[in-house]
Amino acid sequence: MKLKAGSRVKSAVCTTEVMVIQTPDADLDVRCGGAPMLPIGEQAPAGGSVAASASAGTQIGKRYVNAEGKLELLCTKPGKGSLAIGDTLLVLKEAKPLPASD
Amino acid sequence: MNLMMLLEMAASGFGDRVAVVNEGERLAYADLLRAAGAAADAIAASGAKHAAILDVSSLALPIGLFGAAWAGVPFVPLNYRLTGAELERLLAQIEPAYLVTDAARARALRERAGVVAVAREDFVAQARGGSARSAEWSMEGDDIAVLLFTSGTTGPPKAAVLRHRHLVSYILGSVEFGAASEEDAALVSVPPYHVAGMAVLASSIYSGRRIVQLPSFSAEAWLDLARRERVSHAFVVPTMLARIVEVLEREPRARAPGIRSLSYGGGKMPLAVIERAMRLFPESDFTNAYGLTETSSTLTVLTPEDHRAAAASDDPAVRRRLASVGRPLPSVEIEVRDEEGRACPPGVSGEICVRGEQVSGEYLGKTSRVGSDGFFPTRDAGSLDAEGYVFLEGRIDDIIVRGGENMSPGEIEDVLLGHPAVADCAVVGVPDEEWGEAVAAVVVRKPGVEATPETLREFVARELRSSRAPARIEFREELPYNETGKLLRREVRAWLAEAKSGRDSR
Repeated sequence: MKLKAGSRVKSAVCTTEVMVIQTPDADLDVRCGGAPMLPIGEQAPAGGSVAASASAGTQIGKRYVNAEGKLELLCTKPGKGSLAIGDTLLVLKEAKPLPASD
Repeated sequence: MNLMMLLEMAASGFGDRVAVVNEGERLAYADLLRAAGAAADAIAASGAKHAAILDVSSLALPIGLFGAAWAGVPFVPLNYRLTGAELERLLAQIEPAYLVTDAARARALRERAGVVAVAREDFVAQARGGSARSAEWSMEGDDIAVLLFTSGTTGPPKAAVLRHRHLVSYILGSVEFGAASEEDAALVSVPPYHVAGMAVLASSIYSGRRIVQLPSFSAEAWLDLARRERVSHAFVVPTMLARIVEVLEREPRARAPGIRSLSYGGGKMPLAVIERAMRLFPESDFTNAYGLTETSSTLTVLTPEDHRAAAASDDPAVRRRLASVGRPLPSVEIEVRDEEGRACPPGVSGEICVRGEQVSGEYLGKTSRVGSDGFFPTRDAGSLDAEGYVFLEGRIDDIIVRGGENMSPGEIEDVLLGHPAVADCAVVGVPDEEWGEAVAAVVVRKPGVEATPETLREFVARELRSSRAPARIEFREELPYNETGKLLRREVRAWLAEAKSGRDSR
């Protein structure tokens, strides 16, 4: 799927929803719980389940990135599946201390 | 993208936490979400194209902001100090409007077609008592979230446009979700129509930091509320900090010890005030945030570390950074440009221009001032130092051009403020047949200290070039400031013109 910054995608097999913060300009096999993710409006096919190899789950408000850091997904709804590109799981982005200006 | 995303996540992640406190009344995130839905229903049912608030801070503010976002109409916080005529001009720009205001004003506006006026207490009660809205909010990021009529210190107010994508991208780029601890509390005393108020609201909700509202500012009330609610973070404008410092110097027992972070912005911070404040709040982290209404708030930050390093340094280049507004946020680029649009080297003054995802630069009904290269001219004059710290020198429009020489009023004001007799001053350009413009100053003297225009003029001429010494100096009891502490130079020019024509006609 070609992702776009600001768009949202959801898991086909769990309740995870994410917003795309940053993305490389490429077609990506973005998955959650082992299954390809869907654009937010699409209906998920029935009967799907979370693959054991991608079941650590997602947490609301956390950011998930790939090794190069060019892909960043913000979890807006948590779920049981883990985010990945193909079979490579995304990792939690370190919460860097941001300027406390407000 | 919609502001509602932020509230929905907060309600989901920590719905029972208190989101906002106003005069003891508490509203939790989950309750705010439901109330926003009920408010959205009321706004949608009224047929209004804008939801406005004309009032001091109350729970109606967050409910109104998110209710408008849910209903898909722009939220318009209006200045409650406007005259009837000024308000009418703004209402004409936004009708049909749903307007939340004080009970007396709501009654007075009952007959005005095009405005559904609701008293704040009724609005809040109906929203809190209502049931959750079923309709979805639009995720069209280009929709307008907030219209902010800028303070118009030069010319009539115009509405800066903040779209959902600007505000949401700003929050996501600068705030970590739910990172606040349950004890954290942010004291917000700036009025609702100040962009910082909107920014603090959105960022506090996303970080889970309780907002404590102070509807009407006085230094004593601020300190009292800060102690009572054990406030950990506060945002003030420079004039508020000056008053707070004055009270603390008189009454050290009025201290509010829990304040970990004091952020300020919205105007020039006098060096003397920040130095005294740092001594009176030794455990606090000070942050100066520079931004404009048109840029969804913060562009540059002078961090707590920057403050401490500058205050402790013997190197004048580092020390002077205490008077700067710091360095740009990672997502922002700053350039200082000359009149031809070329970038100026460090140390050379020009216009501050900014580029970044959060920069809107848009005014209602006018073309955006963002250039084709994405840079927005801020109309602020300033310079960068060798390390990229930004120094402000007032508005470009306030630059005095005397005989072809550009002068920054701020530079002359800073010198005058160093004179023992001067409590406050404002320097402006006045029309002059010989020079085009001449330098004029209005000075407020300290009680009991003598000074004449001649002695002040000589003082300036010794410190700067004689061309910068004000040709005219008038004394007054006080200077004209607006609600958010900005000096109204337009007023000062008007005073000088009046005083002059008064004398000329004798």
